[in-house]
Amino acid sequence: MTADALADGLAVGPVVIPLAAAAITMLLRRLPRLQRTVMEAGVALMLAAATLLVTRVARGETVVVKFGGWGAPFGITFVADTLGAALCTTAGIVALAVAIFARADIRDRRRRAGFDPLFLGMCAAVNGAFLTGDVFNLYVWFELMLVTAIGLVTLDRRRAQIDGAFRYAALTTMGATFMLVGIGLLYGEAGTLDMTHLSQTLAGRAPSVGVIAAGYLLLAGLTLKAGMFPLFFWLPASYHTAPISVSAALAGLLTKAAFCACLRILVVVFGVGTATPSVPGMPALLALLAAATMLVSVLAAIAQVDLRRLLAFHVVGQVAYLVMGLALASQAGAAAAIFYTMHTMLVQAGLFLGAGAIARTSGGYDMRALGGLIREHPVLSALFALLALSISGIPPLSGFWAKALVIDAGFRSVSPWSGWLVAVALTTGFLTLYSMSTLWMRAFQQPSARAARIRRRVPPAMMVAVGLLAGCTLGIGLAVEPVVRLSRAAAAQLTPAPAPRAP
Amino acid sequence: MSVVYAFVAAGLFGCGVYMVLSRHIVRVILGLSLLTTAVNLVLFLAGRIRSAQPPLIREGSERLGESVDPVPQALILTAIVIGFALTVILAALALRAYRAHGTLRSDEINAAQTLGDPFAPGEADDR
Repeated sequence: MTADALADGLAVGPVVIPLAAAAITMLLRRLPRLQRTVMEAGVALMLAAATLLVTRVARGETVVVKFGGWGAPFGITFVADTLGAALCTTAGIVALAVAIFARADIRDRRRRAGFDPLFLGMCAAVNGAFLTGDVFNLYVWFELMLVTAIGLVTLDRRRAQIDGAFRYAALTTMGATFMLVGIGLLYGEAGTLDMTHLSQTLAGRAPSVGVIAAGYLLLAGLTLKAGMFPLFFWLPASYHTAPISVSAALAGLLTKAAFCACLRILVVVFGVGTATPSVPGMPALLALLAAATMLVSVLAAIAQVDLRRLLAFHVVGQVAYLVMGLALASQAGAAAAIFYTMHTMLVQAGLFLGAGAIARTSGGYDMRALGGLIREHPVLSALFALLALSISGIPPLSGFWAKALVIDAGFRSVSPWSGWLVAVALTTGFLTLYSMSTLWMRAFQQPSARAARIRRRVPPAMMVAVGLLAGCTLGIGLAVEPVVRLSRAAAAQLTPAPAPRAP
Repeated sequence: MSVVYAFVAAGLFGCGVYMVLSRHIVRVILGLSLLTTAVNLVLFLAGRIRSAQPPLIREGSERLGESVDPVPQALILTAIVIGFALTVILAALALRAYRAHGTLRSDEINAAQTLGDPFAPGEADDR
């Protein structure tokens, strides 16, 4: 009994701890220092709970929490499977890095504007989206994410932030509307909202109009929130306006939460990748979207001169690789996508934090005004190079293994379009390398006409945060086996009934 | 009856999308709240419309007899609250935008677009 209660507490811990800490920080609004301590403690406890959860789940057991003791078709459940626990832990690491970075970046004025409760609320919402087993509950977590993200983007109340936040809010509300209609239709067809129960109900049925409409509406809403072509325009229009710690948190957490939801809904509920999907034609559409997203975003990124805008386009481009893994409609593809998600969460956040450190020392994000940083900041340049090489897929970093797994799954896939998809993915990889190496050369190596501008030192907190994430990508790259095993186990759990699938 | 509801929901969706495509920020907000209303109707329809008892267990009775489905009502209640909160936040943002830019036309509110625009002449300002 107590063991069960402990397991339940563990499974809701990554959501309840940050929510409780958010409530406390709300009360401490006038005491920024204390507020910061509570926020950091909350993030550390959240990471600890997620780590405990992942060690427990890695043994093969799934912790299911039924709120109020109501079972699947009636109540709301939290399902801490390997996917949810692993992504919660990754999100915890990203949140910890952002919290450390925020020591130097987020001043008392921003803390009084509510950085801490909003950030903790966003962490809770992201973890909730990773862990929930109920589609309507998923929608609620997404709305909480949206509301906290708007608050975080507009912390300084600058004109650009208000404008960016409005675009973001209006477009993602549209996405939420699509999702909610899809959920309503799904409930009308199946009479349940629980994901496992839905998959059992829909599994044996012939595809009906309602289910197909629900599937494509959910796909539209989730791909909008994940930042996929052609609905990604809100992302580069808003991410660069936020304070850089916030941009890093958004880049590391939000689009990936949307992708995780996409993975769960498409694979678990609609059985995409099994022999009998209840919605036809999805892998082909996903493949098309992934290929278009990769090319459009990387070409747009190459044209950028603002560091944050450039990185925002790469956020879009990296999500496309995740969706590519999903489009391959195989278990290997899903495992690759899960590994890629963990890698990209760490690296995207690290790149944004690195950009924040660069801007701190040289006074701006405009690449044309940067240069020559390698002399004064050799450590920062090395850390940024690690992250930049990781996102471009250079061994032995985690990005190489992530790309290798996705491309390997592409070659093994029997889908007719997988060859094309692999070709596009490799081309995009080269273009990403081009974009990131141009960025690195401009910022660190090439002498700048304005290099004599006032240089400020980089605060140690910023270096520690960037170093933590760069260390993670190097660490995963060197000890890749356990993480790959974890993602394979997570992918295997998503499709519990081993339906006869293509080899 | 369901057909009537379906057409009403479709009409609301149409009006909402039309308003969202407008260049005036207040119309966009009104359009989004029309859309959320339409969604609530869809959720209501998902529970099927029929004349039955409300989902309450009578005193002295052990189980719920023939009644309407309570779940869509709970969903709508949640969706109304969330939609309301989002409308308020969007309105607050619109007010801020109006104070900062002096206009509510979305093509004239472009501070996020010009920040770090690669095609803007000269160095983009960071503030």
